[in-house]
Amino acid sequence: MKTDDLIELLVKDLAPWRFRSILAGAVAGGIIIAAILFFVGIGFRPDISEAVKSNRFLFKFVVTVSLAVTAIWVTLSVGRPGGSLAHRGLALAIAPALLVCAAVVELLVLPESQWMPRLVGHNARFCLTLIPLLSIGPLACLLAALREGAPSSPGLAGAVAGLGASGIAATFYAANCTDDSALFVITWYPIATLIVTTAGYLIGRKLLRW
Amino acid sequence: MTTSSQENDWAAWMRAAMTGDAGAYRQLLVSLAPHVRVVARSRCRRLGAPEGEVEDLVQEVLLTIHLKRGTWDQSRPIGPWVAAIARNKLIDVLRRRRHITVPIEDLVNSLQAEDLTPELSTRDIDTLLGHLKPQQREIVRSISLNGSSIRETADRLQMTEGAVRVTLHRALKALAVFYRSSGRED
Repeated sequence: MKTDDLIELLVKDLAPWRFRSILAGAVAGGIIIAAILFFVGIGFRPDISEAVKSNRFLFKFVVTVSLAVTAIWVTLSVGRPGGSLAHRGLALAIAPALLVCAAVVELLVLPESQWMPRLVGHNARFCLTLIPLLSIGPLACLLAALREGAPSSPGLAGAVAGLGASGIAATFYAANCTDDSALFVITWYPIATLIVTTAGYLIGRKLLRW
Repeated sequence: MTTSSQENDWAAWMRAAMTGDAGAYRQLLVSLAPHVRVVARSRCRRLGAPEGEVEDLVQEVLLTIHLKRGTWDQSRPIGPWVAAIARNKLIDVLRRRRHITVPIEDLVNSLQAEDLTPELSTRDIDTLLGHLKPQQREIVRSISLNGSSIRETADRLQMTEGAVRVTLHRALKALAVFYRSSGRED
C-alpha cells in the first residue's frame, strides 16, 4: 500500500476526540463504581452525624481528595506522548505534605501515652483490604482511558493511575472508618495506597504499551 | 525536527482537523510524512535494517499519530508530540532487531535500494491486511486503493455509512495491533 493511500484511509476515519474528555469520563465512571460498592457494601460509619463536626474526621478528606485530584491531574500529563513527572509531578507531594503536617500537629496535641493506641487504631485490617477493593473499579476505568492515551512510560502512567484510584477509594473508605487520628491515617493509608499503586504499575507496564 | 513556521502550520491543521476539517487533516499528514521518513531512514540505516522497512515505519508512525491524535494538548507545541510518537515507534523497531544479526547481503541490498521508490511499503501493511476480517479488508481496499468515498463504499456493500465508518475504525485499530505483534514475532 502506498503511504498516500494510507493517508486517504486515515482522513476518512477522522472524528474528533480528546484524551482529556475520555479521562474525565473514566474518573466519573470510577467514582460511580466505588460509590455503589461503598453504599451497598459498607456505608457510612454509624456516628456520621457526630463525626462531621470533628476536624480530625474532615481532614481525612482533605488528604484523600487532594491525592485523588493531584494524581488524576498528573495522569492527564503522563498519559500523553512525551509526558513525564517533570511537568506536573511535584503536585503529587501535596497530599503527603498535608498528611505529615497533620501528623506533626497530632503529636503535639496528644499526650505521649495516646500515640501508639491512636496509631494502631481499630480498623487497620479493614483499611488495608477495603481501600484496594474500592479502588479496583476506578483503577480499571483509569487504565482503560490510558489505553486510548499514549504514555511514554507505561509503568509510570499505570502507577499514577493507581495513586488516583487510591485517592478515590480512600475518600469513600474514610467515611466508613472510625479511626480519625492523623497518626492512623499516615500509618495505614499509605500502605493501602502502595498496594494499589504497585498493581497499577505492573498492569500498566503490560497493558499500556502502544 | 522542524522549523517553527512548519510547526505552526501543523498545529493549525491539527486544530482544524479536530473540528472535523478533513482537508486540513490531509494536509497535515501529507506534510508530516516526509519528516517522519527522514527520521525513519536514518534510524534504519544506523540499525542496518533494510531500506524496505523505512516506508513500513513511516506508515506505522502515521497510523499511530492518527489513532492517538486526541492526546495532543492544544496548548502545547505539536512538534515534540509528533517526535515523541515517532520515538516510541522507532524504539519498537530497535527492539525488534536487537536479537537479529544482519547478514552482509542485506547491508549491500539496503545500500543499493536507495533509489527505489520510497512511497511503497514492501511488506508489512499488505501482509497485515491479510489478517483483517473480510469485511474490514474489503472496506480498507475500497477506500485506500480504489479511492472510493465512505458513501460509495456503503452503497456498494449495502451497508449504512455509519457501519462503514465503524468498520474502518476497527480495521485501523486492528492494523496497529498487528503491527506491534508482528514486531514481537520477528
